[in-house]
Amino acid sequence: MTAVEDRPVTAGPAKEVGQARKRKEDARLITGKTTWTDNMVLPGMLHLAVVRSPVAHAKLGTIDVEAARSAPNVVAVFTGRDLAEEQGSIPCAWPVTPEMVNPGHPSVAVDEVNHVGEAVAVIVARSKTAAQDAVELVDVDYDPLPVVLDMDRALADGAALTHDHVASNESFRWIFDAGEAGTGSSTDEAFANADVVVSRRFVQQRLIPAFMEPRSTVVQPQGDNYTMWSSTQVPHILRIMLAMTTGVPEHKLRVIAPDVGGGFGGKLQVTPEEVITLLVAKRLGKPVKWTETRSESLMSAHHGRDQIQYVDIAADREGNVLGLKVHILADMGAYLRLVTPGVPILGAFMFPAIYKFPAYRFDCQGVFTNKTPTDAYRGAGRPEATFAIERIMDELAVELDMDPLELRRRNWINAEEFPFTTVAGLEYDSGDYEQATQQALELLGYDELREEQRRRRESNDPVQLGIGFSTFTEMCGLAPSRVLGSLSYGAGGWEHASIRMLPTGKVEVITGSTPHGQGHETAWSQLVADELGVPFEDIEVLHGDTAISPRGLDTYGSRSLVVGGAAVVNASQKVVAKARTVAAHLLEASEDDLQFESGTFSVRGTPGSGVSIQEIALATFAAHNFPEGVEPSIDADATFDPVNFSFPHGTHICAMEVDTETGMVSIRKYACVDDVGKIVNPLIVEGQVHGGLAQGIAQALYEEAVYDEDGNLTTGTFVDYLVPSAADLPHFDTGNTVHEAPGNPIGAKGVGEAGCIASTPAVVNAALDAVRHLGVSDILMPLTPERVWRAIHRGGDGGDRATAGTNAYGGAQTETTAGVSTPESRLGGDR
Amino acid sequence: MTQISVRVDGAAYTDEVEPRTLLVHYLREQLGKVGTVVGCDTSNCGACTVHLDGEAVKSCTVLAVQADGSEVTTIEGIAQNGTLHPMQKAFHELHGLQCGYCTPGMIMASIDLVGDNPDPSEHEVREGIEGNLCRCTGYQNIVRAVQQAAAEMRGAQA
Repeated sequence: MTAVEDRPVTAGPAKEVGQARKRKEDARLITGKTTWTDNMVLPGMLHLAVVRSPVAHAKLGTIDVEAARSAPNVVAVFTGRDLAEEQGSIPCAWPVTPEMVNPGHPSVAVDEVNHVGEAVAVIVARSKTAAQDAVELVDVDYDPLPVVLDMDRALADGAALTHDHVASNESFRWIFDAGEAGTGSSTDEAFANADVVVSRRFVQQRLIPAFMEPRSTVVQPQGDNYTMWSSTQVPHILRIMLAMTTGVPEHKLRVIAPDVGGGFGGKLQVTPEEVITLLVAKRLGKPVKWTETRSESLMSAHHGRDQIQYVDIAADREGNVLGLKVHILADMGAYLRLVTPGVPILGAFMFPAIYKFPAYRFDCQGVFTNKTPTDAYRGAGRPEATFAIERIMDELAVELDMDPLELRRRNWINAEEFPFTTVAGLEYDSGDYEQATQQALELLGYDELREEQRRRRESNDPVQLGIGFSTFTEMCGLAPSRVLGSLSYGAGGWEHASIRMLPTGKVEVITGSTPHGQGHETAWSQLVADELGVPFEDIEVLHGDTAISPRGLDTYGSRSLVVGGAAVVNASQKVVAKARTVAAHLLEASEDDLQFESGTFSVRGTPGSGVSIQEIALATFAAHNFPEGVEPSIDADATFDPVNFSFPHGTHICAMEVDTETGMVSIRKYACVDDVGKIVNPLIVEGQVHGGLAQGIAQALYEEAVYDEDGNLTTGTFVDYLVPSAADLPHFDTGNTVHEAPGNPIGAKGVGEAGCIASTPAVVNAALDAVRHLGVSDILMPLTPERVWRAIHRGGDGGDRATAGTNAYGGAQTETTAGVSTPESRLGGDR
Repeated sequence: MTQISVRVDGAAYTDEVEPRTLLVHYLREQLGKVGTVVGCDTSNCGACTVHLDGEAVKSCTVLAVQADGSEVTTIEGIAQNGTLHPMQKAFHELHGLQCGYCTPGMIMASIDLVGDNPDPSEHEVREGIEGNLCRCTGYQNIVRAVQQAAAEMRGAQA
């Protein structure tokens, strides 16, 4: 249930903003009248199938395509060598350091394959089945090379190389030191003077975004023009990058994202298959479609997370935190894709979280391995940071024998301290951590559950109960362009909107932010209805087509409402300003004497006079009676570039039952209170929180992309990669506090990632709280029954799920997690 | 090629299909019934769920030839005379969808569930739709929608 702060009752018609409007987009989605890319059929359309490498690392020998080429209905077969001249490299828009090593990423491998699933040839056929059949007929000679999978080993002296043309497996090293940056003091001194230091090694397992709609791309050539339909989050970025990569000029390329079935960062990409489809359509002059299977998707679409985190925290005996040191190994996979190296950097500033650390140092190495490239997945860097800090705060609380909430409270930023500049240099905008926490404790029924926990512990119940906290914040609203520039990101972070006033008084809203389930059509209509005073139903929101919405930076990083919605509001206000001039002319009054209310301009003190903005739209279309020297248009554009990020926060509490005999974990109750600023549509906000929780809980309990020792993805179908079902997830008790964001005209902070960022550590902390008295101090994610049982009965952290030397094993080398020393932590260990 | 005759959403079709053609591919590619979608290749996700002679099936697990002589109902065939099916209405009213890709299969599976169990508890709904994956909603609103639709469908039968 959503509780919102009381607001003063004002006269006038009900505002749209704040109402739980049912979504406009549902009409087509619940009736099957959808426009998924794979639905598209064009005359003479050809179909692509991709031949993919079954080996993780090899030199490519001869590729015999003759049998495939002569198979029935096959039109053409292309190898990397055929496309080498024009395919360029998949772009990386975020070179995080000037020295960053980018090995280059051909869309179809030319000389070498570097991960299982990499494209080595492309079949073009008259039907999808003919193309698929011919995949089997391509004969490729692979000359095997050593396979690099484990990050710790990849960085060791003499390690085998992921790419033999680069000097090491390190792509970059990126350091932020608050002492050097002037935003904090020296971490070395802080740790030297600390009473207590706790060091831990946490593992962020590899995840797969697993959007429900498999990726699909259709390209139609028309002379020297190309239209691409693609299942993408980022049609605008895709157009620019394809132009820069393939040489098809930007103005000759139109990109359309029709209905898109989920993304979660997984469709924030310029994919090899998009490049391939464009190049094949260009070569053959015919429309071409590529649609992936789920197995292809899990194997070759980018993955997420995959970090090893060495975290050291320093405090005094009273529980005041003194310093934080973080050393991250971030798995890039085999290549750098669009923002691969930027993901851990997005997290760099969030490790200090809501706590007043005086000293902070972050040190990250990007590491190449022979695995599918990683990139954005819901939260992108911030879930990793939140997990690390919320886990280590619990570990510190144990060390200090303090209540974990008391430790947090002692160190968090108080409500009266906002705006607050953190040790990482961010200025947090607004919030009240205590208020959200109090509300969450009540939602959970905290005192009763603590009492039950005590009873179960005393009676040595085989089912133990634990309670875990995550008091999180995140940075949203990507992003201030200048900040992105300072971080070497290749683009700005503004967003664009246009309002077109149609002659009949209807309104078209064009947004550069491209939805794929977030409900922009509904929420943007609510914003514009309030600004223009026109009915919600009279507004249509257009998006996702570079010919209709010519400027935009698309949807990711919880930016749509905060940045894109702000542009919509600003454009609406420009429309009203233009309409005012026309109204003054029509009403023969001074603009200063006009009031604008509920969509109508009237002369103050003259009841009954008035002209509506929808009537002005018609008068503008006719332009017969128009003010002298004014152009006949009240349409307007706006581009909004925020000055700062926004900082949603919240308190998530998980109560977890752990069956100590079987290792089964079961969420007893989950309560969270999120402050996402102003809420435009509570229905949509609650839905975003639910979906985020599901994905965050899934990281804690279910999902892991596992590679075997040869670099094969062993979780390559939905049989093995456990996207949770309804039966695997609990009911969520959700609530809100509202502290508006000062940095945008709506006051919204962003909600797309909150649930996903906050929930994972709450779940793991809860499980550990249930079994810590049995000697368990860490369990690797996901908390499978096997791992939980092993941690309880055999000690350690639950152990490996895969063969030695693989990524899942890499996580398992933490048998001695408690008290492990890290190279960065001179003092190391618990003391 | 094999000839099959099926009724889909009330219309009769006779077509030649390859023996290996899956029902979902027949619906999408030969009949243009693209409201039904493909989400996986292992029959785990349920996005392609339709009704075959009144029973929910994953149409990627049925060969088109197996549907010969049968009645198939898809998401495109459940609204009557422009009036949404109670399940469609409930998904809309309770925000039981976000991107909407799983929705056709989820709605078809849920209608079948309520046919078997007219008054399912929260737990029974969760167990009953576990063959249908949704990545967006966290399922809570889907569960509420199924229960609301079940109530309306019970009322309609009474």
